[in-house]
Amino acid sequence: MSRMWRTVPGSFAWLLLLSACATQIPKEALRLAPESLPLRQLQTRRFDTGDEKMLLAAGAAILQDLGFTLDASETRLGVLVASKDRSAVEAGQVIFSLLAAFAGAAVPWDQKQKIRASLVTRPTGTERPSVLVRVTFQRIVWNTQNQISKMEPLDEPRFYQEFFEKLSKAVFLDAHEF
Amino acid sequence: MPMSFSRGKKRIRLATVAFACLLVSACGTSKEQLLATTASQVQLRSIQTRAFDTTDQEKTLRTIIATMQDLGFVMDHADYTLGSVSGTKLDRSGLQNYTLRMSVTVRPRGGTQLLVRANAQFNLVQVEDPEPYQQFFTALGRAMFLEAQQVD
Repeated sequence: MSRMWRTVPGSFAWLLLLSACATQIPKEALRLAPESLPLRQLQTRRFDTGDEKMLLAAGAAILQDLGFTLDASETRLGVLVASKDRSAVEAGQVIFSLLAAFAGAAVPWDQKQKIRASLVTRPTGTERPSVLVRVTFQRIVWNTQNQISKMEPLDEPRFYQEFFEKLSKAVFLDAHEF
Repeated sequence: MPMSFSRGKKRIRLATVAFACLLVSACGTSKEQLLATTASQVQLRSIQTRAFDTTDQEKTLRTIIATMQDLGFVMDHADYTLGSVSGTKLDRSGLQNYTLRMSVTVRPRGGTQLLVRANAQFNLVQVEDPEPYQQFFTALGRAMFLEAQQVD
């Protein structure tokens, strides 16, 4: 018994040390990675128009169609920021947690999520005016114990393809691959 | 035997209390974090700032936003008048999820240059390591087709 108690401060010290490690920024966090180019291509389309504001307004409308609420915008720089809070419950996780509960283990499951989006427009092209539109998504997920279980970028190509299809239809312009 | 057991117990209790005191004293009040910085402010400013030979604030801000997007940030806010933008990167390094928030401001320096200052926060701490800032300014310089100049 006494030995067990003696290990308690020791484990606290280890926990402290471990949490101190988590405060170091990873070396690659602000380094331009080679995979940033394919990601840029996935998240960007070119529209052959000189009307940047029209694209920005159409982008805001599409985000609203998808249930996002607008958090911030700056027309002069072509920036829109939006987010939505939704359920993150997945049947598979709940079943696993219930099975674990039968075995006596309390395993939390994902409960809610905040999905964030930013849409940025940028005029380009010298001879024929065109505008680049880049949209990026990320999410934070909380579990049933209100702990953050995931913080991640949402990089699946289908999200971006679908978004740009909608935007292209809304502005009656082709969305060219960048 | 019972004597040594109780003495041992007392010693452990004392050690636990001492450890708890240490924890409490190490933290102080958490309100002090409001004005707290660890590195010297002058040093930090020089790590976080570069000068670029341009006066085009809009183009610079737009390039900063594009560079941040390349680095995986989702924008949080942008303000042309103030010359500031900020964004959040959510990612994973090994097994650890992390949040990296960064704001970048632009202001004129003399009549020919712009000063760009970036400051980042990794999870709950300020980023004071020069290397990540250096990497950011290298990426930004490349995108601007201009050299990021160190400012004294």
